[in-house]
Amino acid sequence: MGWLTGAVAWLADGAHWQGADGVPQRLLEHVGLSAAAVGIGCLLALPLGLWLGHVRRGGAFAVATGNLARAVPTFAVLVLLALAPSPFGLGTTSTLTALVLFAVPPLLTNAYVGVLEVDPAAVDAARGMGLTSSQVLRRVELPLAVPLVMNGVRLAAVQVVATATIAALVAGGGLGRIIVEGFGRQDQPQLLAGAFLVLALALAVEGGMELLQRRVDPLRRARGRRRTAAGAQLQVQGGSS
Amino acid sequence: MIPSAAVPRAASCLLENAWVCPEYLSSRRSELVDAVVAHLQITVVSVVVGALVALPLALLARRVRGLRPVVLGASTALYTVPSLALFSLLLPFTGLSRTTVVVGLVLYSLTVLVRTVLTGLEGVPEEVRDAARGMGFAPSALLWRVELPLALPVVVSGLRVATVSTVALTTVGTIVGNGGLGDLVYDGLRTDFRAEVLTASVLCVALALALDAVLLVAGRLLVPWRRGVA
Repeated sequence: MGWLTGAVAWLADGAHWQGADGVPQRLLEHVGLSAAAVGIGCLLALPLGLWLGHVRRGGAFAVATGNLARAVPTFAVLVLLALAPSPFGLGTTSTLTALVLFAVPPLLTNAYVGVLEVDPAAVDAARGMGLTSSQVLRRVELPLAVPLVMNGVRLAAVQVVATATIAALVAGGGLGRIIVEGFGRQDQPQLLAGAFLVLALALAVEGGMELLQRRVDPLRRARGRRRTAAGAQLQVQGGSS
Repeated sequence: MIPSAAVPRAASCLLENAWVCPEYLSSRRSELVDAVVAHLQITVVSVVVGALVALPLALLARRVRGLRPVVLGASTALYTVPSLALFSLLLPFTGLSRTTVVVGLVLYSLTVLVRTVLTGLEGVPEEVRDAARGMGFAPSALLWRVELPLALPVVVSGLRVATVSTVALTTVGTIVGNGGLGDLVYDGLRTDFRAEVLTASVLCVALALALDAVLLVAGRLLVPWRRGVA
């Protein structure tokens, strides 16, 4: 258990919590980059996914995007972008681009399936009441799709936090940097301390997103605490990295 | 005259640091083959061990009602752990070895495999079970000769997802020096060698798609009664 005390001692050392490579700074980099990537991913993927679900088209496209994303190693994409010419290369643009690329598939698939699985009777009823196509999407399909859309956001956030960690292997900052530098110096307490910090952040993001997922569901009282079978099924659709 | 003109051109893609370079493929063939073999070994061992661990866990979750949410929750939560952190946390136990990577990948595969084995088994119609029991099947025979064969399509779909993810995740194993093709990607990054990075990346995706296709075909052959359905 010596390794554990070493990691705890590293975390307890005040010197590791200050300066440009201190824990707060690394945490800020990690969270900032991840939040930006999920935000940009949402802007790109959610309108497209919701619209594809609304017109009931592009299912093969949404599924293929998800499958392909699973087969492509995040690490390889990070390195390919790092060696690519300007505006890529070693730097934030490359890392952010890679993170957005891996945030999009779960967002797209879940938004698409979320709208697709809305009870057709509800859509028919809305049409019968004279709602236009875009009103049906905004007032009926979107509210009913919120749980799955948020499931996609949660999967994307978890994926992005994990990928941002790997970015440290390439050049990026973030908490992964602490692990990678620990490996470089063969400093086991440091790399384990870094791993614990990354683990804590990942669990906090997962927990926070789950809370948010429940909070923003406009129909949460009607639904109770039950989760749809489709939601459970889709949880395994996210890749891990 | 022809050789003197041909040699510099053939070597030039290495000098220019081009992304696509046939010269790299021919001069480093053995290195590439070794990396593919290592990658394949890590992936196959991880998924096979993952399946062998997932089956008893799924059976346990089915047998003991109270354990169901625990087993499912724990195996699903594993996907939250970033791979770089997981491999690092295994380091005190298994060191800078291939075992570290395999153990980590087995844990990740459980996320998908426990759930799909359980879903597959629970999808077997109760009438089928009753009929088998009526025909005198013992519980173990019921499992191996009735339930698992019927669960196979779902299990194979889970194995496909797990395999494809595992191929991609293996690359991160380069942090402990055992990433298969990921080792070449990392080496290419440190030496600014584009052909090495692109070749290894493409091979990695190709390996994932090839294994996916193998499992798809194997699944269809194993489940002849559902041919054309799954």
